[in-house]
Amino acid sequence: MKCDYACQSVDHQMARRDFLGTLAGGFVVGGLGALTSPLAAAHLKREQMRVLVVFMSGGLSQLESWDPKPKTDTGGPFRAIPTAVPGMHISELLPQTALHMDKLALIRSINTRNGDHSKGRHQMERGRNQMPGQDFPHLGAVVAKSLERSDNPLPGHIRVPGGGRGSDAAYLGPRYNSIGVNGQPPANSARAGSLSEQADQARNDFRRRLNDRFMQQRRTAETDVYLQSYEQALQLMERRDVFDVEKEPAKEHERYGDSEFGKHCLMSRRLLEHGIPFVQVSHSNYDTHNENFNFHLEQLGEFDRGFSALIGDLHERGMLESTLVVVMSEFGRTPRINARFGRDHWGNAWSVCVGGARIQPGAIIGKTNENGTAVVDREVNHGDLFHTYLSAVGLDSSDSFDIGGRSQPLADPAHVPIHELLS
Amino acid sequence: MLDPTNTHVVHEWKHGRPLIACSFDPQGRYLLTSSEDYSLQRWSLASGEAVKWEAHDSWVMDLACLPDGEMFLSAGCDDRVILWPNAEGTPAPIREIHAHKGWVRSVDVSPDGTLFATGGNDHLVKVWSVAEGRTVLELSGHDSHVYSVKFHPSGTWLLSGDLSGKILQWEVASGKLLRTLDAADLHSFNSGQKVHYGGVRDIAISPDLKQLACCGLHKATNPLGAVNEPLTVLFDWETGEKQRTQPTDGVRGVAWKIEYLASGEILTASGGAGGGFLIFGKPAEEKTYHKLKLKDTLRDMCLHPDGLQVATAHHDGHVRISRLAADG
Repeated sequence: MKCDYACQSVDHQMARRDFLGTLAGGFVVGGLGALTSPLAAAHLKREQMRVLVVFMSGGLSQLESWDPKPKTDTGGPFRAIPTAVPGMHISELLPQTALHMDKLALIRSINTRNGDHSKGRHQMERGRNQMPGQDFPHLGAVVAKSLERSDNPLPGHIRVPGGGRGSDAAYLGPRYNSIGVNGQPPANSARAGSLSEQADQARNDFRRRLNDRFMQQRRTAETDVYLQSYEQALQLMERRDVFDVEKEPAKEHERYGDSEFGKHCLMSRRLLEHGIPFVQVSHSNYDTHNENFNFHLEQLGEFDRGFSALIGDLHERGMLESTLVVVMSEFGRTPRINARFGRDHWGNAWSVCVGGARIQPGAIIGKTNENGTAVVDREVNHGDLFHTYLSAVGLDSSDSFDIGGRSQPLADPAHVPIHELLS
Repeated sequence: MLDPTNTHVVHEWKHGRPLIACSFDPQGRYLLTSSEDYSLQRWSLASGEAVKWEAHDSWVMDLACLPDGEMFLSAGCDDRVILWPNAEGTPAPIREIHAHKGWVRSVDVSPDGTLFATGGNDHLVKVWSVAEGRTVLELSGHDSHVYSVKFHPSGTWLLSGDLSGKILQWEVASGKLLRTLDAADLHSFNSGQKVHYGGVRDIAISPDLKQLACCGLHKATNPLGAVNEPLTVLFDWETGEKQRTQPTDGVRGVAWKIEYLASGEILTASGGAGGGFLIFGKPAEEKTYHKLKLKDTLRDMCLHPDGLQVATAHHDGHVRISRLAADG
């Protein structure tokens, strides 16, 4: 696999020509059938791969979601319900998601040996332990660089909600840092009313000429960032409507639910439809040291409606086979229920939900014991998961990026994908 | 003789698993409790011995006895209310009712024992016939989980409180919504954590019928981390106007339960990050005046028919019986 798509390789140019010639530069879901060249189709299919992460901030309780243990000493008050997969039960807090579990899979045997928010987030988003002096790229940056399409002017790594530019691409460079959006077009992305289109064009042409002259003599990483920021801002201005969730009809908003999260799910569908390779939606807050059950009831009600609508839409629109979906947290929550009806931090036996792309629908990987206090089968950790995510979108997770002549592995070489989860 | 400042624990009985709810029978013979192990317990006040049995498919959030003491109701997180006999030995259900979609958080019996009311996570309040188990009234008006239901001592009205701090007064005969009391002091939305928190945890009517008290929490600077303080809100019954809020200094927790004592003083039970407390207040004062810290945090409290004993249900699996007097 060639990760450096900026290399202008022959095969990349060929596919791009085919793509642009057939689809006039637009992104069409399910457009593979329109292509006669198997080579181009295969290439386009790879180029269409996307990743959606739903990050359950604070630490979703596995016992109130993907791995319920009803009527045990750790089970809490919620019951388990059957799903679309015979024998698979999830929490009653997820009734609409349960109907879509035949499109999703569960990994119930995660042991990250960590109960710290910051370290847990680093593990899950980067696939490695946090180490002083070492900086690894976010999954979004890895995916954006690996799956970007040169014909798509939109940024490849989006955070919802959020604002500004992240600093999460490490050695992959600022081009792959995340951009935070909130359901509206990015701030200040419209051309000022006092400026005509012609004047704006002339202004940008002049800026580019000056930049080119300067770059020929004094190019630095800083000037690259500066240039990149300007060009990306221009591209954003041209496609700002993509980010405007209000363009969606009222009935769509209704289906996704009257919540910020519902709006963010609808927006993420919009972004994925427009070919953005990586979107991360966050839902807050699951750090329920107090009244865990009331707060999970409240939060998962919002999640269930928005997430199930999104999965249903991705499936119906033929996008799920090319979109990896991951519902992750920084860790799970303790099986022990504390004195305040809360659950605390717990990284030793917890779950994530995945689906789409090459993930086997309806699969259950691993197992915890009767009351969820330990993994008893097929223990995996964040390193294994990171490899699995990359493999699921058709990347060779053992491959490396060539960064200035240095080889940088996509994922921690000490781990491998969960092969039995992949089709 | 009632003397709140000399309140002291007289009995401590161990179940072993964390307790959730408690209720005395009106004859004062038994204490009923529920636990996180899905069981109910019936404690003999004479011996401290308990009969234990598995009742619901989930936790029981509230318990209420009929006035004659012959039967009691348990309200579960499994959508159900179960009617039990209060007989010797292990009870068998008399009737099981699928009462709400979602948790049944609160149950209360009418003063004449013919009706009971439930409040649930489906935002509904329902009134039921005890004899037939059928729905008499289904009352819509809440926009959030119903945390508490309470019959007025006259039996004429029913009160229901919800997560948002709204208290609705219903006419039992007609099901008509008569008025809304605003106890929004007991609710907060934390924009950082994006959670609604608080609610009207319990409601009580003063012995002279002139005041309504409700309880919960305020100063919720960190809902997910249990940083909040107990609060009582007092209303003039006649006008429905809020008279005052009554905070307690130096206690972190939630006021789970509220009762008027025969003297007209107000007793609340607080549990949470600061531990378990019995807190005493006077209706006309700005702050509570006395508190007793118990050995462990608590989740429920009930007042014995004699007005001198209080039971508390604790996380450490113990029932504690306290006496509100110097003697005994």
